Amino acid sequence: MEQQARSTDPMRPADHIDGASGGSAAPEGAVSKDGGVASPALGFVGWMRWGWRQLTSMRTALILLLLLAIAAIPGSLVPQRSADPNGVVEYYSNYPELAPFLDSISMFDVYASPWFSAIYILLFISLIGCVLPRTKHHWQALRSQPPRTPARLARLADFRTREWRLAGAAGSEAVGSEAAAGGTAGGDTLPGETLPGDTLPGEDAAAAASRAIDLAQKQLRSSGYRVARYDSRGTFSVSAERGYLRESGNLVFHAGLVGVLVAVGIGGGLAYTGQRVVIEGTSFTNTLLDYSSFNPGRFVDTDNLPLYSLTLDEFTLDYEVENQHAIGMATNFVAHVSTQHPGEEPKREVVQVNKPLKIDGNNIYLLGNGYAPTITVRDAAGEVVFHDDVAFLPQDDNMTSLGIVKVADGLPVQLGLVGFFYPTVAELESGALTSSFPALVSPRLTLDVYEGDLGIDDGVPRSVYALDTSEMTKLTGRTTDVASLQIDPGQTVDLPNGLGTITFENAQPMGENYLKSVKRFVSLQVHHDDSATWVLVFALLSLAGLLTALFVPRRRMWVKATPDASGTGVRLEYAALARGDDPTLAAAVEALERSHGASLGIPADAAEPTTDAAGPTTK
Amino acid sequence: MPTALTLDDASVLLIWTAVVLYALSFIAYAVDLGARSAAATDAKDAAGRGEQARELVGAGAAAAGAGAGAGAGSVSVEFGDRVTATAVAPPSRGAGAGSAAGRAATGAGSGAGEASTPKRMVMARIGTTLMVLAFLFHLGGTITRGIAAERVPWSNMYEFAMTGTLMIVLVYLVVLIRYDLRYLGVLIAGLALVLLGGSAVTFYVEVVPLAQPLRSVWLVIHVFVATLSTAFFALAFGLSVLQLLQARRERLETQPDAKPLARGLRFLRTLPGADALESLAYRFAIIGFAFWTFTLIAGSIWAQDAWGRYWGFDTKEVWTFVIWVLYAGYIHARATRGWRGNRSAWLSIIGFSAVIFNFTIVNMFFKGLHAYSGLT
Ligand code: HEM
Repeated sequence: MEQQARSTDPMRPADHIDGASGGSAAPEGAVSKDGGVASPALGFVGWMRWGWRQLTSMRTALILLLLLAIAAIPGSLVPQRSADPNGVVEYYSNYPELAPFLDSISMFDVYASPWFSAIYILLFISLIGCVLPRTKHHWQALRSQPPRTPARLARLADFRTREWRLAGAAGSEAVGSEAAAGGTAGGDTLPGETLPGDTLPGEDAAAAASRAIDLAQKQLRSSGYRVARYDSRGTFSVSAERGYLRESGNLVFHAGLVGVLVAVGIGGGLAYTGQRVVIEGTSFTNTLLDYSSFNPGRFVDTDNLPLYSLTLDEFTLDYEVENQHAIGMATNFVAHVSTQHPGEEPKREVVQVNKPLKIDGNNIYLLGNGYAPTITVRDAAGEVVFHDDVAFLPQDDNMTSLGIVKVADGLPVQLGLVGFFYPTVAELESGALTSSFPALVSPRLTLDVYEGDLGIDDGVPRSVYALDTSEMTKLTGRTTDVASLQIDPGQTVDLPNGLGTITFENAQPMGENYLKSVKRFVSLQVHHDDSATWVLVFALLSLAGLLTALFVPRRRMWVKATPDASGTGVRLEYAALARGDDPTLAAAVEALERSHGASLGIPADAAEPTTDAAGPTTK
Repeated sequence: MPTALTLDDASVLLIWTAVVLYALSFIAYAVDLGARSAAATDAKDAAGRGEQARELVGAGAAAAGAGAGAGAGSVSVEFGDRVTATAVAPPSRGAGAGSAAGRAATGAGSGAGEASTPKRMVMARIGTTLMVLAFLFHLGGTITRGIAAERVPWSNMYEFAMTGTLMIVLVYLVVLIRYDLRYLGVLIAGLALVLLGGSAVTFYVEVVPLAQPLRSVWLVIHVFVATLSTAFFALAFGLSVLQLLQARRERLETQPDAKPLARGLRFLRTLPGADALESLAYRFAIIGFAFWTFTLIAGSIWAQDAWGRYWGFDTKEVWTFVIWVLYAGYIHARATRGWRGNRSAWLSIIGFSAVIFNFTIVNMFFKGLHAYSGLT
């Protein structure tokens, strides 16, 4: 019986709480007294097997889980290259002593570090090693019979019994004495109905008992139990089990986690992310060259990105002007764009925060925005040597923005201009300028001029947002005698040393105000990651498995009928056993007893639930 | 209209009323625990040692309601191969295992101590009534805040605290319908008092519109479910703390030269046994865990929409993950030999500490994309 009973039990690692008595849980049965796994016989295979069993034990899984939690924490304390590269640079300058050490132990790349990887790889090996044999075992369990009915049901915690007095049987009274005591007389039934506790014509107690079990079997089956009959020497019983789904859920949950990991791993190799700043009226095409930064996964074919172009027609946003506590807070960012495939008509679309534009398997996100003043530089003779929209990067909530202009050719010297753009210029008490509102109310550009070597001729790529002034001479601004250039839209001012002039173009010279005087830019992130869908699918699968595993009760039920020696009655026993946490078990036994009794025609109050001396059954 | 009472002002008023009521509820519940201690002492004087254990645990089980009683039973009898009645369960099993007699008493929970129940429960009843009142004011304050802001009221620390504690109280009150957990009232009222009162004092910010990245149905779902699971974790936390105390008491009382319990802890005698507390804690923790798993998924979907990647180990993401793994660890621990009982209780406590840490310290001091505490 014990063997039988175990065969449908879920398989568990040796140190599982239910593995206490050894048995099926320990494949090799090598469980020592203290619950650990006994040391194996020597030999390579033995050691391997021992190691494997250690790795796939509950305790190892638990320790690895806890280690994983701990190992993930440093990544929230120290900036990570993947999420915050500038933070790392900052950290280096703030803690020059500490940073290199932290770097040497991968503290800036925690989630790609050898130690973090080791933990989760071990965990997943353990997981797979645990789940595979369990799946096989469960697969077999799904097709095996519920276990034999235990000989002494009364020893189970949830046990109920009642006597079924057979009205029609020889020597019996019409109604069982207990029924009478319970206050329900047979006479309560309507005329024409079978009397409670009635037997069928010609039926003896054994036949009645058998019929009772047939009935129980049918009832159990229809409420989702798997059932098996176990009749023997004068007793009849049905053994029922339900909740195999619990183990299925558990396995789906764990397998789903593996799915998530695999999808993330493979997906990461096929994903790419590119960033690009697009100014109003300009376009970019989805080719490697056109991105300002591009991070392809290992398997990405960067020569064959889907070909489309995107033009920023207009960028609009609203500013809060009513709420006193949030004046100037920008809302409703909308980038109106036109997308176009080669040889097709352009299509008008929008990109919004939280609403990426989907095109050719790419998602285009709106990450940031700012102003891009149009600047023209002329030489002393009035020839245009530079004319471009220059993106200025916002530095604060009111869009004080920092930008750089590089004039490499056309003048006797190379020029670098660094300065600020203020959409609504205001003067601080110190005399310094600032912006007091993010929209274009009174825009102004201030620039300091450097001359010398821009350092762009040696072929080393330089960021357009940084100016290396080490080889340059400052011509205006602080530390020089010449004031910084200050230009409003539409104005032209002279460059120092008679080099020429610089104009801050007004994008809408005829406008009544400045609201449209400066172009805007958006920074877009183009992201391609097919894995996201798969990750989501596996995650949801996992979640479904989890809910099933945690909330489907797994239990066994038995109903046993024993005709008594005199042939005047049948003793009915009901018992159940929870497999795991099952708060509804007692109620389930009670319900079965009631419905079974009712359909046999035993009066509801006929039998008080019997309390067995060994186990409490009342609640 | 500078003098008119704005909705936001009304909200503040309601919230402060709720805070005061929580404080009163806290006091009532605390007095109740005190009364339980006294009752436990009286009973001890009145009865012999064995008898008394039976009665008190019985009273506790009765107080804990049918569900908890069933919990005690089902924990003692574990799995098929050991078909043992409660009374004969080997005393060595489980960390909190008391003597065999103690177990029998736990299981027997037939309400022997009911006689002393009504008197003792008066303060608990008052505590619950005050809590319900506080909840209603709290709910009113939260709704008016939402109307004032024209959006869901959970987009900065003040509002998180408001909605989060509202949820904790709500879940507690709903659970009370089925389980008598009034011995957790002190904790819940205390938590509501500290979190809500504290945030009203330190985190209050005027209503501002939602920063655009936060405007997403996923925000609504993600944050809502997160607060819901926090509520369940909070209950599990409380039960785990009691479980540890109870296990200690059970262990000490089996020793012949046991020192008497500290006065304040005598109420433990009126509570369910450590095993029953543990299985109840576990039940709340797994509900919390299921919600937390969903929080994690919903958050990833939102991140995918807002930032172009579903996962980036941003500070807040890291902590959400850490908490998830900790509770997965707790669930595992409950199934691992040698870890059920006290050790797993500690994991539940650590898990909830991480939840609170995530809400307070991480929101305020850690740098990351989720910088929406609304504080500057
Ligand atoms: C990524 C790592 C893992 C996570 C997040 C995890 C999480 C969980 C969760 C949440 C449960 C409870 C839900 C249920 O019963 O299905 C569970 C149960 C279980 N896990 Fe894992 N697990 C992990 C790895 C493992 C490993 C490596 C093993 C094998 C050693 C394992 C074996 C089990 C077993 C046997 C149960 C059933 C426990 C019971 O009887 O209640 N898990 N796991």
